[in-house]
Amino acid sequence: MAGPSDEDARQAFLRGIKAGVPFGVVGFFLSASFGVLARQAGFSVAQAIVTAMIVFAGSAQFAALSVITVGGGIPAALTAGSLMNARFLAMGIALAPSLPGGPMKRAVQGQAVVDSSWALASRGDGTFDRWLLFGTTVPQYVTWALGSVVGAIFGDALGDTHRLGLDAIYPVFFLSLLITELRDSSSRWVAVCGGLVALALVPISPPGVPILAASAVTLVGLVRRSR
Amino acid sequence: MTLTHAEVWVLIVCLAAMTVLIKALGPVLLGGRQLPPWFSRVIVLMAPALLTALVVTSVFASGRSWSVGAHTVGVGVAAVMLWRRCSLVLCVVVAVLVTAGLRAI
Repeated sequence: MAGPSDEDARQAFLRGIKAGVPFGVVGFFLSASFGVLARQAGFSVAQAIVTAMIVFAGSAQFAALSVITVGGGIPAALTAGSLMNARFLAMGIALAPSLPGGPMKRAVQGQAVVDSSWALASRGDGTFDRWLLFGTTVPQYVTWALGSVVGAIFGDALGDTHRLGLDAIYPVFFLSLLITELRDSSSRWVAVCGGLVALALVPISPPGVPILAASAVTLVGLVRRSR
Repeated sequence: MTLTHAEVWVLIVCLAAMTVLIKALGPVLLGGRQLPPWFSRVIVLMAPALLTALVVTSVFASGRSWSVGAHTVGVGVAAVMLWRRCSLVLCVVVAVLVTAGLRAI
């Protein structure tokens, strides 16, 4: 690698870390609420913490947990978690051309994708700033791990998380990312249509599928000529 | 929960493996390749579609039915604040306080 591009990478990485901090703060509380709920469901302290540290995907963790909390088995919980994660497949495909190196190196780089880092690293022209993405993920991983430790250990003292309104954190987190994405009228229309598709499918499909199906509306990008 | 301690570990490890696999698949299959312009047009629209779906399903649905609750109001207030460019952390705090407040009365 040449000197100037190293410097650019370093700058992007540092900007990413800075941009990731507010999401990390919110992630801390999200992960803490996961720790509390996991303990209430019957996870040991170690299990709650290890889940956050090696799965590191909020929606999949919450989806799998909610399935087993209501008495579901491992296959159902895995399916729910994987369906929630299916959006990372779409994000990975989008990111792929921006990642250099061999397949193994790209696979490792792909692990850094979380919703906020992916959205912030998007340059808006179909390419991604990978160092910004890596940087944005770092503070979020640290606080995600810390949050689960606090939630798992001190969760009993908190009591009912529903009463505390912690379920309002997750949507606001995604909403803040969404607002930065509504750049032009086509992205606004796709957002509205994607939301409607997801809501329409809620009663007739397993959790996770409505979200994946919403990504299908992006196929209008095929027919709509950019002007 | 009906799972044993050991079964929970199996679930955790499988869920982690599945997540790694899903995140690796796109970069492994499509990396380092120049993709056609129509592809970028679709990709640019992916984020608004997925993010809106995540927001509406967590705010207007619970499991497999439509439902609204105190958190819908809390998130709604935060949405207005986000639009007015308030900081994310402040918006989250307000959303939680409004939701908890409504549930307390």
